[in-house]
Amino acid sequence: MHTTTIGTLNVTSVLFFILFVCSTLAITWWAAKRTRTTKDFYAAGRSVTGLQNGLALAGDYMSAASFLGIAGLVSTRGYDGLIYSVGWLVGWPIIMFLISEPLRNLGKYTFADVVVFRLSQRPIRAAAAAGSLAVVIFYLIAQMVGAGTLFRLMFNLPFELALVLVGILMISYVLFGGMIATTWVQIIKAVLLLGGATLLVFMVLNKVDFSYGNLFGMAAAKYGDKFLEPGQLVTDPVDAFSLGLALMFGTAGLPHILMRFYTVPDVQAARKSVFYATGFIGYFYILTVTIGFGAAVLIGADSGKLGRDIIMSIDKGGNMAGPLLAEALGGSIFLGFLAAVAFATILAVVAGLTLAGASALSHDLYVGVIRRGQSNEKEEVKVAKIATVCLGITAMLLAMAFKGQNVAFMVGLAFAIAASANFPALLLSLMWKRFSTQGAVWSIYIGMISAVVFIVLSPTVWVDIIHKDAVAAITKQVTEIDGKVKTIDAEIDALTKQLAPVMPADAIAVMKKKDQVAANKKNAEVQKKNAELQASIEGRKKDKDALAAEKTAANAKKPVAPIKYRNPGIFSMGLAFAVGILFSFLFPEKDAEEKFATEKLREYVGIGAE
Amino acid sequence: MSSKKKEDLLNDPDFKTLVSQKNTISWILTVLELVLYFGFIALIAFNKPFLAQKLTAGKATTIGIPIAVGTILGSWVFTGIYIFWANTKYDKMVKNLKDKIGG
Repeated sequence: MHTTTIGTLNVTSVLFFILFVCSTLAITWWAAKRTRTTKDFYAAGRSVTGLQNGLALAGDYMSAASFLGIAGLVSTRGYDGLIYSVGWLVGWPIIMFLISEPLRNLGKYTFADVVVFRLSQRPIRAAAAAGSLAVVIFYLIAQMVGAGTLFRLMFNLPFELALVLVGILMISYVLFGGMIATTWVQIIKAVLLLGGATLLVFMVLNKVDFSYGNLFGMAAAKYGDKFLEPGQLVTDPVDAFSLGLALMFGTAGLPHILMRFYTVPDVQAARKSVFYATGFIGYFYILTVTIGFGAAVLIGADSGKLGRDIIMSIDKGGNMAGPLLAEALGGSIFLGFLAAVAFATILAVVAGLTLAGASALSHDLYVGVIRRGQSNEKEEVKVAKIATVCLGITAMLLAMAFKGQNVAFMVGLAFAIAASANFPALLLSLMWKRFSTQGAVWSIYIGMISAVVFIVLSPTVWVDIIHKDAVAAITKQVTEIDGKVKTIDAEIDALTKQLAPVMPADAIAVMKKKDQVAANKKNAEVQKKNAELQASIEGRKKDKDALAAEKTAANAKKPVAPIKYRNPGIFSMGLAFAVGILFSFLFPEKDAEEKFATEKLREYVGIGAE
Repeated sequence: MSSKKKEDLLNDPDFKTLVSQKNTISWILTVLELVLYFGFIALIAFNKPFLAQKLTAGKATTIGIPIAVGTILGSWVFTGIYIFWANTKYDKMVKNLKDKIGG
């Protein structure tokens, strides 16, 4: 048995975590004194440098799910995990080429600022707020349920304790320190995560003589060549493209990421920050993949057990691959450090999400829709703070409600909504002169609704979650049937063995008369017995056929998802673009077309930019 | 800025060059990134055996590994190309335009 201290409270971990909490709270206290205006609260006074924002973007984006999840996926499924990590990065160049600079020049605090630039305020702000909130809520639930589960898995402490801790801290950062505190929490977390992962990778490479060839060679020796080849994760081409689209353009539609471009003073800093962020995130995924292979190869190397089996015996999803590797190579102190970093990671991500959600509620919904743009600074900051508390508590309650549920699909859903509701409207408003208010509004709503409906009707939710019990009941029934069939097979086997041989006629013919009578009598008995046995066997076979029919009937009753694809991207994004274009043609706006020229001046030259 | 000045600037050939160059660069790089990533996905979807080939005979490492890592690095290189162009060319063009209209 592999011995591990995972699952017990680790003193180092607690100390590191307390240190992190104290320093971030001190920063929050410092930031609180500098947070007065809306510009401070939403955008850190636009005083963040390119490098700082690059780190903060990376901090916002590198979630515990990608740190623990991708390492786990690689350690249990090899190359397939690597495919995922590539998908998480490729949205960043798109942000750089198409989004970051126009966003910085045209907007103020939220991406809706850009979409409404030359269109009607209220309907679009309402739609954009809905899109942002949907992304934020699903992402928040996934992160917080993840935090609770991680807490229980690593320290055997209650799920609820993690939620309360994470909830209170994230509300405190955002409520008191606004974007300034949130930015610094992200930066610290990014440095810790990159540093911790680098150290872990150094230890892995140290074990394999600093040769990736050796690492892959050991992996292939333990798990076979298939471990280094694409396997079963991506089978359907449509699903693969859909997932790719959602990952790529979802990244470019995440409200908490887009919001960060308002924290820098100008477009130069904005583009610099994407360059840094892409570098940090790409480096991080390469580290994570190395950690995954390292975990597969090095965990349990002494005991002769397979690393994958040890990892999966602790958590079937493989999430403990990184922590187990840290323990194997650096002992319980390093494990404690890494566990603390994992929690810091979750905290930073949820803080960024909360701030983005709060700004959608206050800046877009309250000021833009309810107050029709008429509101003063003080009032807006106050509303943003109330929104922060409400959103934080809602997220905690929702996460509580989803305890023990499979919420992994919610991250995918958040990306699908971001790619389908936010991204098409944002891109069309920037690129297309004839884009109109109706086009924007319907593109956002249809994109959002279709992404949600599609995922609910897909196997991911329809079969694996909604009809989970029915599937489980049928699976149980089928297993029982298989069990019965096995019993019958054994019975048939036993009966067949009892079949006795009949003495051949030519053998009897050479016997003495007396023996012939006896032999014939015996033969008759044997034949009679055999016939009886044969009848029993036939009966059993009939039972077996009946069971096979029963099994087919049971399997036929298995719930089938109305949509066979697991990823909605290609459909919901396509629909959002189509609706946006169609409604713009149906309801054109002369006014907006004329303003396109002014938008261009501000977009390209920065004239009039905030 | 007065609407007269805005009008002048909009009709300025330099502004038109600026817009078209920026769009050209942005879209070329976007298409390259799409080709890079969806090319990788297409290989996984349609030609798994290609990725499963060994990099050097007798060694474990498959071609798929440098291709995946290359996709990550390539994406970063693209952002580098863009930022190099923007810092050296684009910013200068913007500055010239701003100087021209007298700030």
